[in-house]
Amino acid sequence: MKISLNINGAMQQVDADSDTPLLWVIRDNIELTGTKYGCGVAQCGACTVHLNGQPIRSCSMPIGAIGDQKITTIEGLQSKQSEAIQAAWDELAVAQCGYCQSGQIMSAAALLKANVNPNDDDINGAMSGNICRCATYKRIRDGVKLAAQKINAVEV
Amino acid sequence: MVSRRRFLKTSATFGAGFTLSMTLPAAASKLASGAAEAKTVANAFVRISSDNLVSIMIKHIEFGQGTFTGLATIVAEEMDADWDQIVAEAAPANKELYSNLLFGAQGTGGSTAIANSYTQMREAGASARAMLVAAAAQQWGVPVAEITVSKGLISHASGRYASFGEMAGAAAEQEVPKTVVLKDPANFTLIGAETVSRKDLGKTDGTAIYTQDIKLPGMLTAVVAHAPRFGAKVKSYNDINARAVKGVVNVVQIDSGVAVLADTFWNAKKGRDALQIDWDTSVAMSESSEEQMQRFRQTAQQPGLPAVAEGDIAKGFENAAQIIEAEYEFPYVAHATMEPMNCVAQITDAGAEAWYGCQSTTSDQYAIASTLKVAPEKVKINTLFAGGSFGRRASKNSDYVLEAVQIAKANKSDAPVKLVWTREDDTNSGYFRPMYFHKMKAGLDSGGKIIAWHHQIVGQSIMANSALSMFIKNGIDGTSVEGATELPYHIANFAVNLNTVESQVPVLWWRSVGSTHTAHAVENFMDQLAAAADTDPLAFRLANLGDDTRYRGVLDLVAEKAGWNAKNTSGRLKGLALHKSFGSYVAQVADLSVDKNGNYKVDRVVCAVDCGVAINPDVIRAQMEGGIGYGLSPALMTEITIENGAVVESNFDKQQVLRIADMPEIEVHIVPSAEAPTGVGEPGTPVIGPAVANALFAMTGKPRPTLPLGVKV
Ligand code: FES
Ligand code: FES
Repeated sequence: MKISLNINGAMQQVDADSDTPLLWVIRDNIELTGTKYGCGVAQCGACTVHLNGQPIRSCSMPIGAIGDQKITTIEGLQSKQSEAIQAAWDELAVAQCGYCQSGQIMSAAALLKANVNPNDDDINGAMSGNICRCATYKRIRDGVKLAAQKINAVEV
Repeated sequence: MVSRRRFLKTSATFGAGFTLSMTLPAAASKLASGAAEAKTVANAFVRISSDNLVSIMIKHIEFGQGTFTGLATIVAEEMDADWDQIVAEAAPANKELYSNLLFGAQGTGGSTAIANSYTQMREAGASARAMLVAAAAQQWGVPVAEITVSKGLISHASGRYASFGEMAGAAAEQEVPKTVVLKDPANFTLIGAETVSRKDLGKTDGTAIYTQDIKLPGMLTAVVAHAPRFGAKVKSYNDINARAVKGVVNVVQIDSGVAVLADTFWNAKKGRDALQIDWDTSVAMSESSEEQMQRFRQTAQQPGLPAVAEGDIAKGFENAAQIIEAEYEFPYVAHATMEPMNCVAQITDAGAEAWYGCQSTTSDQYAIASTLKVAPEKVKINTLFAGGSFGRRASKNSDYVLEAVQIAKANKSDAPVKLVWTREDDTNSGYFRPMYFHKMKAGLDSGGKIIAWHHQIVGQSIMANSALSMFIKNGIDGTSVEGATELPYHIANFAVNLNTVESQVPVLWWRSVGSTHTAHAVENFMDQLAAAADTDPLAFRLANLGDDTRYRGVLDLVAEKAGWNAKNTSGRLKGLALHKSFGSYVAQVADLSVDKNGNYKVDRVVCAVDCGVAINPDVIRAQMEGGIGYGLSPALMTEITIENGAVVESNFDKQQVLRIADMPEIEVHIVPSAEAPTGVGEPGTPVIGPAVANALFAMTGKPRPTLPLGVKV
């Protein structure tokens, strides 16, 4: 069955059943592999993408339910938030194995878009759906704050 | 370009005082890359391209612990390279060139990546530098001694200079030096520097490639229906419905179950869901983990085998002013790497090729070769970044690797096969940290000195029933008792006994291996002894320390930085623990606070580490932070239980792991040291559990024999 999806600003025709999770269509059909599989049951956040700018777990989102909503993956993430986050992540050497980090960055980007000055509770709330088995959480927390500073410094 | 091949074996003694044989193939032609830039090989670890990039071949897998950065730093230091020109690349499988010098085979584990290769990497860098300098001396007609190298620039007082890239071709013509002079550590500019950035790139924009991301022409994805209980086997199966699923190409039976091959993961998984399998459960496990723990407890009534026996235990207890006892129960724990196990395998007429996060390179290569009945040299392994390992990818029997190879073989085609495990497959496979029961007994004299110590450990052997069983000596699997047999403390009458028990649950090393349970038992017991002696836990440890002063070094540092002697001013509770694993000394202080519901939280951890020469302080800090976070999961919340021979917590809905809100603030302090560098991947992990348990003990005075500790005080 052909389904069209708006991924990173381009319309993509995919040949997959409508119950196929978005994650596997992104990875196997569209061949964008930055979005990761970690659990398949919306518990780990490795598969986080944005749907109309909101973070969602793509492993638990059937493509048939998406319609013309806009999907953004780590490859298509281009915003002042994401640039600040990536710079902060590099500066603080956040990533260890790195496998969770696409998902972390997608969640962090959505958080900073909604809240340019998150405190620890805000960060915990927005990021608690993203597991990092390397436990880089301390640097993720510091990284979100550093990214917020960078964004605010630009705006001043 | 250079066409001749030179293999020179040099043997030299340097630095740490052991002898190395380096094989330095100095040929470039075979390694010319497909692109325009030819690569000039200085030796097995250094390749210089004419565009002035220096590639360092990294013989240890990068799974987050920083090998790409650490090993490259050492080479670049001795080369006097510019850090920006350094590129790290995974070395291929080649036992001759890339063995772990502590293992005698290529592979990563035991936090040895830096420890085994420090001198080797220094020599590789120094040797490459010497060849560059010799080439420049020849070209410029000046003495070697007059040439200086700094930040990748070779220069002479006459004003002549050249980049590494410009001199690379000529350098390859030089003889490989038989001996090299290594730098005085006082002149290090990269080793120990705070400004050295990581070399495992692509992890913030989705471009880093993991096994899961490999795409090859004609590749199929395989998903396997595994046994529902440990020990069950396929009796028969019907694949009619599975084969009818769109995209499914083949269904094959292998040792571990039935594999469905399809064009995509989702179609393969749908195919698997449509399989009808009749399992033979006649020899399957039926015990629960709870029943198993009861069995372990009963086994503890038998004396077991001695792992250590020093002094006269009976006499020690006879002379004791008081005797204290404790018990500990440790559940199974899964590695739960973020990337579940996977492997891409292709079998061709020429042999086999595999792409994955390969950790035990030589043993995997030989295992694949023996499965396919080909020579090991015919098996090419491409080592990729792995989304974590924590021991799991160092499979003692290459389990998931051979599963991929078996599927590719049974598929009878040269199509590459990507084996993908779901999270459930990954957890249900086992290979957990073994479950353990510990019984401790110690005698104190009237002055608060420990004069007798008896520690009994009951658990499965990791090495038994594998190719590694030859390392079991006198019935003692060293991985069951490590961390218990050598303590920081001097105890005249000291015994550790082991009862090795059987179970059908596969077990494996889990970040810090034996220390992950032994350190908890020893260090939590130490606080109980301190309480019995009515002494502060730090003072009690200091009073009982043995001769090795590096323990005192980390204790003093952590106590100072954590404000140990000013405790309780903040209303927080502190717990202290000390442990050495893989040659690195770690002490940690955990600060806990308690809310009105009686739930506690680990707010802050101060960690002191002595790992010898600090190659990259930020990587060391990162590994301590991550090691602490990783150890907090089983300390606080994580366990795997078994019902009727099957895993209960197969996915993260049931298996609780540490999330960001539970992560404390962490401060890491590194003891300055000129000792040979030791590992940092594991040693941070085993110390946090007892530090937390000791803070709880300080508050309640009640021992907590069962792990995980839970959320309540
Ligand atoms: S893979 Fe989607 S939340 Fe884990
Ligand atoms: S960096 Fe490894 S799981 Fe997060």
